[in-house]
Amino acid sequence: MSAADVSAGSTRRPFTGRRVRFGDLALQLLAGAAALGATVLVGLIVWKLIDGSRLSLSKYGLGFVTRVAWNPVIGHELYGAGSFIFGTVITSFFALLLATPLAMGVALFLTELAPRVLRAPVTALVETLAAVPSVLIGLWGILVLGPQLRTHVEPWLHSTLGFIPLFGPPSAAGASIFTAIIVLSIMILPIVSSISRELFLGVPAELKEGALALGTTRWEMVRGVVFPYARGGVAAALILGLGRAMGEAIAVTQVIGGGVFIHWSLFGGGDTLGSKIAASYQGASTNLQASSLIYLGLILLVLSLVANIVAQWIVRKVARKHGVTRGGHA
Amino acid sequence: MSTTIEPTMRVETRRQPLPPREQLESIFEVEGLDAIYGTKPAIKDVSMVVYKNLVTAIIGPSGCGKSTYIRCFNRMNDLIPSFRQTGTIRYHGQDICTSNIDPVAVRRNIGMVFQRPNPFPKSIYDNVAWGCRVLGMKDGLDERVERALTQAALWDEVKDRLKASGLSLSGGQQQRLCIARAIAVEPDVVLMDEPASALDPIATQAIEQLMHQLKSQYTFVIVTHNMQQAARVADMTAFFSISRGEEGQRYGELIEYDATEKIFTAPSDKRTEDYVTGRFG
Amino acid sequence: MEGLAWLAAAIAIAILGIVVWSVARKGWSELNLDLLTKSPIPFSLTNAPQGLANAFAGTLVIVGLATAMALPVGILVAVYLNEFAPPSIRTGVGLVLDVLAGVPAIVVGIFVFVLLVTGSGQSGIKGAFALAILMLPFVARTTIEVLALVPNALREASLGLGIPQWRTTLSIVLPRAIGGILTGTVLAVARVAGETAPLLFTSSLVGTQTSWNPTHALQTIPVAIFELSESPDPKDHARAWAAGFVLLIFILFASLTARWLATRNARKIAGR
Repeated sequence: MSAADVSAGSTRRPFTGRRVRFGDLALQLLAGAAALGATVLVGLIVWKLIDGSRLSLSKYGLGFVTRVAWNPVIGHELYGAGSFIFGTVITSFFALLLATPLAMGVALFLTELAPRVLRAPVTALVETLAAVPSVLIGLWGILVLGPQLRTHVEPWLHSTLGFIPLFGPPSAAGASIFTAIIVLSIMILPIVSSISRELFLGVPAELKEGALALGTTRWEMVRGVVFPYARGGVAAALILGLGRAMGEAIAVTQVIGGGVFIHWSLFGGGDTLGSKIAASYQGASTNLQASSLIYLGLILLVLSLVANIVAQWIVRKVARKHGVTRGGHA
Repeated sequence: MSTTIEPTMRVETRRQPLPPREQLESIFEVEGLDAIYGTKPAIKDVSMVVYKNLVTAIIGPSGCGKSTYIRCFNRMNDLIPSFRQTGTIRYHGQDICTSNIDPVAVRRNIGMVFQRPNPFPKSIYDNVAWGCRVLGMKDGLDERVERALTQAALWDEVKDRLKASGLSLSGGQQQRLCIARAIAVEPDVVLMDEPASALDPIATQAIEQLMHQLKSQYTFVIVTHNMQQAARVADMTAFFSISRGEEGQRYGELIEYDATEKIFTAPSDKRTEDYVTGRFG
Repeated sequence: MEGLAWLAAAIAIAILGIVVWSVARKGWSELNLDLLTKSPIPFSLTNAPQGLANAFAGTLVIVGLATAMALPVGILVAVYLNEFAPPSIRTGVGLVLDVLAGVPAIVVGIFVFVLLVTGSGQSGIKGAFALAILMLPFVARTTIEVLALVPNALREASLGLGIPQWRTTLSIVLPRAIGGILTGTVLAVARVAGETAPLLFTSSLVGTQTSWNPTHALQTIPVAIFELSESPDPKDHARAWAAGFVLLIFILFASLTARWLATRNARKIAGR
């Protein structure tokens, strides 16, 4: 044994045996349990909704989805989701229709068109609106927007375009599908424009410069390079916006006016899946009604999940495509 | 048949002559070590003996698996999911490559200094003291910190600002802090993976000086791409190079392992000779 | 063509500006201290001072509880995904989190209703649980991003010393990420403070007394605004605006704080 053994550097610690540390195992189990819990939660949501709507599911089956009826009168109870699905589809679709050009305009404005000085304040404005809670937008809708629409917009639209069934007689107090559409488009505008803005910013500078160097105008460059590049992402943004509009219940229920009929006029009342559920929060009179309300929630969940998954799928497909393109340029 | 070749440069060395082989004590015995990342082999069939209280250098061209090899000694490759190894590394007689060895305990005995300095976002004092505290060496912390920083040739420069952040030091100082951190927990062996590659010549010299002074207490294994450094500082040198297999895959292989003097003045293998004379690599 | 884009932007900005201005102006004009100190008097026929003290108390309790529930779970999920999970599980659970984030708030409300409320009644805790479900994917996502930013060199430095992984994660990785986690939490709180739908089914049948006890249903600001907005009484509307204004200010303040925290944190890490 050499003298070096005695010096400070030779202390040895045993290293056989216990392979797994308690601390490592504990942390991994705990963290893993949390991850498992989150996964189970999603399944639990679906299962519990099915469970809660069992009474209505077994009584009406899939016919519930198409039936236009909602009669809680005991003795004549009959429920169906038809008018609410119609309401959801109409309001969300039109809201998206209105919001999309405006959102694209804002996004383009913030990325290509606006002078630098304006970009920060307008971005702040958009983000402020995104932060406004839906109940507050709904309050504004009832007390400010609705009456304005009722007094100025609806009569004018009815008198000039009344031959189109969409523009029937004006609503009673500004509570109508029309108001709901306007409110929803205001609510999804910030999301769609923020995502689009990020997408436009993400277009590689080389692509844009390449087009400009050819002598194209700024707008031609936007149309020829920016839009095609961002097309996939924008599609995802629109679907996300659609999903958001479908799921919005509070602001819609505040301004939509209620009703169980399918009619052409936008100025009449109605309900969406979300707004009907929210409107009934104070209680259902029978188990069947409660179960039918939960059935509505189940349908809404399915619709939202589909929209969400489609959007996710588009995002992943686009990411892959752009990954390949960038690699090819190397 | 080997011819004595003229070294292509005069190299200053503080190296003393090696003690005779009978007096050398082995600390690592590597036998038939293979390492693979997924399907790509990194090194194949490495066998060598590392001796105690010497500085052993591992040299070779980029991509020959030097870093992979040194990281086998303290099981750091375990962190990479696709990594697999076969063969044995006996440390004080015990195979540390088997699955019933606790890699954490291995690392408490075998410390590592990395290519880029990576001090903790803590004060200079805590950088050195924290490891000691967590590993149960809580007594006399102040003395431990001072001793480690002194051995790392950093004490004089930082003794008045021990509370300053470790990240406020220069690159060379940070690396010496990392060395102090590693030796503060009293390891047996200190592995160094290209410790001076991110440093300027003066900082490099400080670190080489360190190894020379401390090797009576620790065993050093250092990976370096800088031949002159190996010539200056190492007692034993292992030369790795890239070979090609039957299917054309490249892998690293130990070509020659001997006293540094011999590797640089009279290597046995032609590939070694080509590398150290600068004909390739 | 470009002109159309300008037009669209102008219309959009005008609308946004009108909404924000309108809400701010109405809310500010109706603001008074009674709001915070007095209890509501439903169907009041007099002008006796009333406020929404119970709603403010309830919001504090419920949002606080929701954060206490969501934060540890969110961090643990992120730690698992970033430090332990194999890549397949990482994408899988990541997908789960995205799906969870897409569930509408009202559906979460009914879910908690069916799970916890039927048969046993509403309570502040159940409302907080519903809010926590909304917060969870958000907190987890931002924590994952922040953990991924912690350089691997730090983990290697700690592991190389012989420090076990759990200790490395708790003492080196998490403290480094704490700034980002805090920012994410503040943003999640800002988002969830204004949520009405989940609370409608879990904590809405309340009295007028100010209570801090979460085992009963507690009034919250968003639900109070919702109820007041449906009332025909203009005095109720006034209080709704005022409460809405306070809520909005709180949310904006929280968002700004989060952003300030984020820049300060980024500077701290880069500047060192």
